[in-house]
Amino acid sequence: MSWITARRRHPAATYAVLAFVLVLIGVGYAVVTTGGAATAAPQATASAAQIAEGHQLFEESCSSCHGIFAEGVSGQAPSLIGVGAAAVDFQVGTGRMPLAENSAEADRKTVRFTKAQIAALAAYIQSLGGGPPIPSAAQVNPGAGNYGLGQQLFVADCAACHNFVGAGGALTYGKYAPPLTASTPTQIYEAMLTGPEAMPVFNDLTITPQQKRDIIAYVTQVRSQPNPGGFSLGRVGPVTEGLVAFLGLLLFLVLAALWITAKHGKAHE
Amino acid sequence: MSNTNPPDSGDTAWQEYLTGGGASAGAAAAGGEGAAPPEGPAAPHRVIGTPPPAAARTMLPASGDGGARPPARELPPDPDDPVRARKAEFVVVACFLLAMLAGLGFLVAYGLIGVGSVTATLHSNLALGLTLAAALLLLAIGAVVWVRHLMPTVELTEQRHPMASDAKDKRAFKETWEEGAETSQFVKRPIVRRSLIAATVPLGIAPLFLLRDLGPLPGTSLDTTVWRKGLRLMTYGTNPPRPITPAEFSSPGGLISVGPEGYLDDDDAMAKAAVIIIKFRPGELQFAPGWRPVANKVVQNWTVDNIVAYSKICTHVGCPAALYEQTTHHILCPCHQSTFDATQGARVIFGPATRPLPQLPIGIDSQGFLIATGGFAVPVGPSFWERS
Amino acid sequence: MSVERALEGTGTWLDDRLHGARGARVLLRKVFPDHWSFLLGEIILYSFIILLLTGTLLSLWFQPSMTDVIYHGSYVPLRGVRMSEAYASTLNITFDVRGGLLLRQIHHWAADLFMAGIMAHMIRIFFTGAYRKPREINWLIGIVLFTLGLLEGLFGYSLPDDLLSGAGLRILEGVIQSVPLVGTYLAFFLFGGPFPGHVIIPRLYILHVLLIPGLILALVTAHLFLMFHQKHTQMPGKGRTNTNVVGAPMYPYFMAKTGAFFFFVFGACAVAAALVQVNPIWLYGPFNPVAISAGSQPDFYMGMLEGALRIMPAWQWVVFGHTFAFNVFVPGLLPLGLLFTGAAVWPFVEQWITGDRREHHVNDRPRNAPARTALGMAVITGYGIMWAEGANDLIADHLDVPLYWITWAARVGIFVGPVIAYIITKRICLGLQRKDSHLIEHGVETGIIRQLPGGEFVEETRPVDDERLAVLTSRADLPPLPSGETTQTDVPAPGMRGGLGRVRERLYKVVTESVPVASGHNGHGDGRAIEGNGHEGNGHEGDGHDRAAVGSGTSSPDAEDGHA
Repeated sequence: MSWITARRRHPAATYAVLAFVLVLIGVGYAVVTTGGAATAAPQATASAAQIAEGHQLFEESCSSCHGIFAEGVSGQAPSLIGVGAAAVDFQVGTGRMPLAENSAEADRKTVRFTKAQIAALAAYIQSLGGGPPIPSAAQVNPGAGNYGLGQQLFVADCAACHNFVGAGGALTYGKYAPPLTASTPTQIYEAMLTGPEAMPVFNDLTITPQQKRDIIAYVTQVRSQPNPGGFSLGRVGPVTEGLVAFLGLLLFLVLAALWITAKHGKAHE
Repeated sequence: MSNTNPPDSGDTAWQEYLTGGGASAGAAAAGGEGAAPPEGPAAPHRVIGTPPPAAARTMLPASGDGGARPPARELPPDPDDPVRARKAEFVVVACFLLAMLAGLGFLVAYGLIGVGSVTATLHSNLALGLTLAAALLLLAIGAVVWVRHLMPTVELTEQRHPMASDAKDKRAFKETWEEGAETSQFVKRPIVRRSLIAATVPLGIAPLFLLRDLGPLPGTSLDTTVWRKGLRLMTYGTNPPRPITPAEFSSPGGLISVGPEGYLDDDDAMAKAAVIIIKFRPGELQFAPGWRPVANKVVQNWTVDNIVAYSKICTHVGCPAALYEQTTHHILCPCHQSTFDATQGARVIFGPATRPLPQLPIGIDSQGFLIATGGFAVPVGPSFWERS
Repeated sequence: MSVERALEGTGTWLDDRLHGARGARVLLRKVFPDHWSFLLGEIILYSFIILLLTGTLLSLWFQPSMTDVIYHGSYVPLRGVRMSEAYASTLNITFDVRGGLLLRQIHHWAADLFMAGIMAHMIRIFFTGAYRKPREINWLIGIVLFTLGLLEGLFGYSLPDDLLSGAGLRILEGVIQSVPLVGTYLAFFLFGGPFPGHVIIPRLYILHVLLIPGLILALVTAHLFLMFHQKHTQMPGKGRTNTNVVGAPMYPYFMAKTGAFFFFVFGACAVAAALVQVNPIWLYGPFNPVAISAGSQPDFYMGMLEGALRIMPAWQWVVFGHTFAFNVFVPGLLPLGLLFTGAAVWPFVEQWITGDRREHHVNDRPRNAPARTALGMAVITGYGIMWAEGANDLIADHLDVPLYWITWAARVGIFVGPVIAYIITKRICLGLQRKDSHLIEHGVETGIIRQLPGGEFVEETRPVDDERLAVLTSRADLPPLPSGETTQTDVPAPGMRGGLGRVRERLYKVVTESVPVASGHNGHGDGRAIEGNGHEGNGHEGDGHDRAAVGSGTSSPDAEDGHA
């Protein structure tokens, strides 16, 4: 105590106090906000360094379409203010962004960034206007979901686009609902939460996190379920079965018929 | 060069050839398969028609000499090429023995491999199916090799006869028929005939009458659903079903399937009462000017906070139209691609549906949950005759 | 030795009671002509037998009831889920009965094969003209069997009450409902009330296991008996005439071959059932009327109806408070109605056009009936376009074509496609006829080149061998149309009068347009190998071999007319 009061008139004393109070407020604020968001815990709190890195990555790779301030360019790319970290994690984590060509829909392709870079981008966008955060591992855990309940929800709200088991389906004007075979539980959660492109939005109050876990349990389990009947033919229904009936079964039997009725080289007469 | 046409059935020479000279009603009785033999004591007859001179000759394997009488045997006893036949015999026996083993394999697989899980079923199906297939296909292959290589090649000819019966038979039939008709008095006593017909008509119609109670008359049931004022909208597929507040269903571009409270497990009700609610941003919905429904517009009074409710049952043939594209605000029915614009009162913009999806009037109750404020204003689902 | 005596004893015992020796001997020696396409009908017959066998076994476990139950069986993912007993019993067959899944899959593959076989068989009969007199009755029976097969398959795959087939039943109900005047009544009577009700599955069950198989069995028996009684047709060839049947006898040849083919059919179904999954109802989930999947199609034989529903524009008529839902009942009833009615009347229409009332027991080669073959290809093209449209969303998804474009292409193609197919097919047939004529006249090229004294090179040809020549020259000319009573007054014959008569005449010219059969001197005279036959380089190809109408009696040979 006497050490501080002895230096209270030091020329740098004002700055020292100022710096100390700023750090105090900053750390205190961080502690307070981290503790408050316990139920929907994001993976990690964004540090300033992460946001800065994200900002730089954004400027390099995204701003040419989305605008310098992520405000969007009309007719080209939407605004990212308020879309949240979850949307970024989904779009960039599935390789859809950066967009390679301007077609009807962004396709899942090779991921261009490392996990750390994606986290940084997500943190930056989150810092711009908030939005749904990246779900935690516990939130998306398929083991905590019920397949039967997930199946009911899936066929009621999802299968119309994505097909019974998530094999994908056609939309209008060249768009499509992609197959869900490669999606991670986190990506499935994020897609429901953020409604990428033409997909509707299913926020956490409409389809609760538990219900989302049920759906994730269904999608991840059904796609890895073995096919007891043999080759699944894509799990798209009777169209491929019909092709097999004609080009497989009927053709085989026609060949058998040709063999049975073939004439010998040495036929009499 | 071209096919000879059978002469008219009145040609007696042809008939005599076919029937061996003694035409009678019985001559055609041998299944119509070929020339009938003459009725004679113990005459060894050949079913294959003996060809008349200068007509097609029976083609037999050249075991006899040309021009001699055809031999008594028509099928040679042994295969053409004995060496090849030995090899073929080996193949055939191998096939049959393998088939037997495969069949035994089926029985063993049935006993050893149980079911009761997806993987177990997979193994069982594979084992049983492949052993069965092998047994059948090996049998088939063995049989075909047997026919082709163990049996001599043979070509026989059988004569046809014209389908039309000869005139004598037709005359005889006609006479018999007319005789009977006359004797039966059916033709000569019209009152008897007509009263018989009158007697059988009600009996004939009776089974059709029994079909009346297959189901209830439609009445006006197709015009309404179970929706009425005050029923809460419950999320479908959740357990337990949950009501919805506009504060929860607040993300623009959101969609969810809902049903009336208390009816979610009633398939008959849900087949017409299934509803989707969609959340829009302010300004996206095109509202009708007044409170009444107007074509291609959303009734504002029937929405809550830019949340609009439409029937999920497609107006084409009744599939649930649940495919929603947030970006174009189109509702697409996956069955036949009827497309509805959700901002314009679900009007049809493509596809075979002729009517827009009916809009359900919604509001909120005292606790803030979404409720219906009335039933649908028009019938839901596919068109029908009585719909105006 | 004792086996022989036992057989003889049994035979005598039976014969003492049935008087069967003569008839049985006829049967043993009955001649069956041999051609691979004749086995297509057997595919159908044996599939049907397999369906009966597997279906009977399946019926021992299946519960045709729509009562709701909570599932507690072996398929863990669906435990605790509410479903109908029918669906639960199907899960039971699949996962709790050994061989159950195999039975289900063999049954379904055999059903697919049954329908595919019917289509192939019908096409074969049409293109070879085997429906002509005296076989029109069998043709009509076949069309009825086709219809019954469609219904049988539809009802059969709807029995498990899964999401996919339930959507199909919903569509069926919507189509029935749209029929003017009686639609709602029919729908309510069929379903016992509004959709889905509680009786449709048990009702479809009794139709599927009793009523329709009974009808099919009776009609198949009639179909086979007629074929037996009239004897099978045969392909043109050496020694084959319209008054004989050439082939191998029933016993032992045909019995062995057809038995082998039965095992082939059964074996093929078994292979498919072992290796290729079909109708995985546990993945579709139980039916509920709120759910639907992308890519919902019926089994392929209903695909044409599905395509018809998708292709139809939104067209309805509301008049005096009533709706004519053309957009639904037109595609539901018109395409198949046209197809089956057209097929049913075709033998009689063809008889009317050609005036040909003779018996036909030798098949036509398709090229020798160009108008018929072209018409058949046009119908197949139209059918195929609608069939493909039924899968338009899968095509859009997997081939990256925008969805609506496919429907528009089909809407245009359904009219344009058959016309183009007709024209192209007809030209191909005439070209093939020309080729045949050429072969007859000039023989087969041997590849041996000789140099003539004058320095030219010519290729030697040899005459076509007898077998092939018989086939090449097998075309039966159609009889001329009846000509007028007198040449003075030009009164047309009965049947040729009025507008209809003129139509008939014109159609006759279309149907009989063909390349004349070469005079069969088979290589210029006497069957020797010929040297340069002097036809090179003098415009041989265009010397009037084309397009002369053959056999037109009354009309002037009007070579440019009558090729549609």
